Amino acid sequence: MYDKKVRRRRAVLGLLVGVSLILLTGYFSESSGGPLHSVQRGVLQGLSPIQEGASRALKPVRDLAGWFGDTFHAKSERDRLRKDNAALRREVVGAKAARAENDQLSRIVALDRTGGLGQLEPKTGRVIGRSPTLWYATIEVNRGSDDGVRADQPVVSGDGLVGKVTDVASSTSVVTLITDHTSGVSAKILDRAGDPGVVLPSVGDPGDLLVQTLPPHSRVAVGDQVVTAGTRNGHLESLFPPNIPIGTVSRVSPSELALSQQVHLRPSADLRHLDFVQILTRRPEGLRAQTP
Amino acid sequence: MSPHRRLLLRLAALGVITVIVQIAAVSQITVLGVSADLTPLVVMAVGLLAGSLPGAVMGFAMGLFVDMALVQTLGVTSLLLMAVGYWSGRFRELRDPSHGLIPLAAGVAASAVTTIGFSVFQFLLGIDAPVSFLLVRQMLAVTLLGGLLSLPVYRLVLRIVGSSLRDDPRRRSRRRAPTGGLSPLSSSSRSRVRTSRP
Repeated sequence: MYDKKVRRRRAVLGLLVGVSLILLTGYFSESSGGPLHSVQRGVLQGLSPIQEGASRALKPVRDLAGWFGDTFHAKSERDRLRKDNAALRREVVGAKAARAENDQLSRIVALDRTGGLGQLEPKTGRVIGRSPTLWYATIEVNRGSDDGVRADQPVVSGDGLVGKVTDVASSTSVVTLITDHTSGVSAKILDRAGDPGVVLPSVGDPGDLLVQTLPPHSRVAVGDQVVTAGTRNGHLESLFPPNIPIGTVSRVSPSELALSQQVHLRPSADLRHLDFVQILTRRPEGLRAQTP
Repeated sequence: MSPHRRLLLRLAALGVITVIVQIAAVSQITVLGVSADLTPLVVMAVGLLAGSLPGAVMGFAMGLFVDMALVQTLGVTSLLLMAVGYWSGRFRELRDPSHGLIPLAAGVAASAVTTIGFSVFQFLLGIDAPVSFLLVRQMLAVTLLGGLLSLPVYRLVLRIVGSSLRDDPRRRSRRRAPTGGLSPLSSSSRSRVRTSRP
């Protein structure tokens, strides 16, 4: 009885293996138009409506599983996007800083070309320190005596006059800004008369400058440009080349003008946000004295 | 209807429904980057429950149906699933395992045999595909997924065909469960019963 059972099992197994191998060999060796392929296509044709129905019926199951999968996927996607976002934010910050620096450098180059400062051997330096006080009195630049920087040399940015060098080390120098209380710059107002004056800081307001010693009947108006005179004004010899923008007249009070001969000025250079400046290391030729 | 015929009908229905569900739904759900394959698990469960011959026949039939439905090379899946059904059935006949986690181990083995065997057949038949780390990783993922699904699939198959089996494994496991026959307490109680009788 047991032998009969074993023989039967082996026979069935051998038959199945044989049929499988015959099918495999036959299918693999025949062309796509062969009988096995035709049977397969027929089965597929008969089965496709059932498959379609089953596919529709089981769509909710797929959707449910897909929802779970999407949720897990969404979580990992969210983490990845957060990382990407942080990286992109860093890149944007870097790009913004680079663009701001590029703007400043471009303006400096433009000023060199239009103002003829290129012949004054300008040394471009990066601002590496600022005075921590509210008055923005001094900045520190990474150019020093090794680069040809000396005391009293004028310093400009792309927007206009910044100040002058007051202390020099081998690789750094300290620049005193035009808003410092020790500063004084001979200037002229680009109005019809070209009135001369001296630009001084407005004590207590670092964003404001004063143009003093204006002529009594000066017809200066708000919006007039003020540039360096490049001249000797009284006993002050100007350290600055002529026609460097200092600022724009921001306020003119008739009483103030009559009594103190002064108007208010907004600096052209953004002294609070300087990244690059140029130190003009060569004195301009033909700078001559001129009295008002 | 005789129990034998009833079992045959149930197995046929189970095979057809499994293949259709596999193609229409399970194959379209991706977990760990791969889709689960229920067919070797069902064949494994039938082999463990019904024996080697029903397992082999079920594997052959389901494999043929899969190859037909998916327009694959006929005979490949039949051969693999037949081996899965036969060996799981032989395992049951030779060892008569009763541990609850046997279907899990058998499911992992069935998934591994099917996945690796299918890949080997593809290579033998001249499918030009490189053996990459990705392929190995996918094989592992399919095997893992098969292991995870093997217990529920086994329970489901047991529920469907269990009542039609001549030797219901649930009854068998209950029979084989320790009843305290070797316990000294039970022997003493038996002896007490014996001695109390005249």
